[in-house]
Amino acid sequence: MLSVENVSVHYGAIHALKGVSLQVHAGEIVALIGANGTGKSSLLRAISGLTPPSEGAIVFQGTHAIHRLPPHEIVGLGIAHVPEGRAIFANFTVEENLMAGAYLRHDRLEIAEDLEWIFGIFPRLKERRRQSAATLSGGEQQMLAISRALMGRPRLLLLDEPSLGLAPIIVQSIFKTIRQINAQGATILLVEQNAHMALHAAARGYVIQTGQIVMEGPSAELLASKRVRQFYLGET
Amino acid sequence: MELFLQQLLQGFKFGSIYALIALGYTMVYGVLRLINFAHGDVFMLGAMLSIFFARWTGWGTRPSWLALAGILALAMAACALIGALIERLAYRPLRNASRLSLLITAIGVSLFIENAGQLPGVFGATPRAFPSLVETRPWITWGTLTISNVEALVIGVSLALTGALHFFVQRTRIGLAMRAVAFDFRTASLMGIHVNRVIGWTFMLGSALAGAAGVLYGLSYPAIDPLSGFLPGIKAFVAAVLGGIGSIPGAFVGGIIIGEAETLTAGYLSSTYKDAIAFLILIVVLLVKPSGLLGRKVVEKV
Repeated sequence: MLSVENVSVHYGAIHALKGVSLQVHAGEIVALIGANGTGKSSLLRAISGLTPPSEGAIVFQGTHAIHRLPPHEIVGLGIAHVPEGRAIFANFTVEENLMAGAYLRHDRLEIAEDLEWIFGIFPRLKERRRQSAATLSGGEQQMLAISRALMGRPRLLLLDEPSLGLAPIIVQSIFKTIRQINAQGATILLVEQNAHMALHAAARGYVIQTGQIVMEGPSAELLASKRVRQFYLGET
Repeated sequence: MELFLQQLLQGFKFGSIYALIALGYTMVYGVLRLINFAHGDVFMLGAMLSIFFARWTGWGTRPSWLALAGILALAMAACALIGALIERLAYRPLRNASRLSLLITAIGVSLFIENAGQLPGVFGATPRAFPSLVETRPWITWGTLTISNVEALVIGVSLALTGALHFFVQRTRIGLAMRAVAFDFRTASLMGIHVNRVIGWTFMLGSALAGAAGVLYGLSYPAIDPLSGFLPGIKAFVAAVLGGIGSIPGAFVGGIIIGEAETLTAGYLSSTYKDAIAFLILIVVLLVKPSGLLGRKVVEKV
């Protein structure tokens, strides 16, 4: 579904990604794990068009070369990016945030249905639908950010650190929802520092270090590997 | 007492013209964080071009409500186009430049319009007479207080346009996109919003309102020259700051206050101070409440 081929990203003199290649197949959850500042978010920004790659190609659904497209066109092809730090519209109500996610859609009836579907998954958002999004807690804001992306009915969902800054119990529920969304058909590329949670949710994973993929394979294999256990799961 | 009420009415009329101009300042500031100093000149172009539209269509010689409506529509359309053109040619190439470069460019655009307009082949420096599109008549009379049809029209059109704009921004899909762009370009683009297009629409809307203000102004001050946009533009900018820049209801309230303050100063102090009062208000607002009456306190993200 998504093929990242030898992608490099530069920020001025900083070489954030050095020839990264990665595949996501339809229906999968794929985890990209790595420490802070290794290029995880840069890769998602390259895919969604916020920071176009300086080298390499990104191909979506076999035919669309998307690495030269502006973000709004990439969204139009069905890729939704939930950025790090959530970036919800703090001056909007909860419902307006969700409607912003459905901006490119014109099927009013189905938008209304999807809204109810979201409210089914996150009843808290329904209770607060008319409330300013700024009044939500961190976990609720993360739920809103994911829901807003889902309102666009994406084929591929890019999640950047959904567990960041959240209490463990909230993280559990966010990951439960991620699996639930995946079971309903969404393909997910998940970027995480929380390697344990991410690899348990994902079927396959990649490990990134200083802008390069250093390991890849089925999650069970990565979880069992000595290197991952030492560096990312805190075992000695 | 009647004199005072009559003054208040005058103030409200001019205030509602300032309010219409202020809306454009506030909308553009909302999406670009730019004080578009060329906005007052777009307002002037609205008035100036209306003189030509009236001549070409012949509507200037036969006063009627229909003629006025037609000129209003033409002026709004022309200014929308001019606004979009200014954004496309002058501001869009600077999208990733610093805000100071953008501000200086805005001043440059303003100087260009004001001075190019004075060239003999363009409009010339001598004021041109604005056609009387409607005959001024008393509309309502209470004792000695009279509201003329023009006053009622100016206030009514301003209120209607402000209301329509508020509805548009709060309730429609494009309005939602504008507010999303005003919040953050990147996040807006991740929703599939074409940010540059939305900025273009914002300029068109704001400029169309300035065009309408130009026509309404011409009905009250029937002599227009290429510098006519300067002072009303600056006063409308003060109105936008007073109301809280970025806030649409704020721009309206600010416009009315400036109009009233100016008229009352002229009426009870001296008309010499009329143009200065807006600047006095600006200084006080910046000292006491820089976020304006209805503006939100902006916390800079670190």
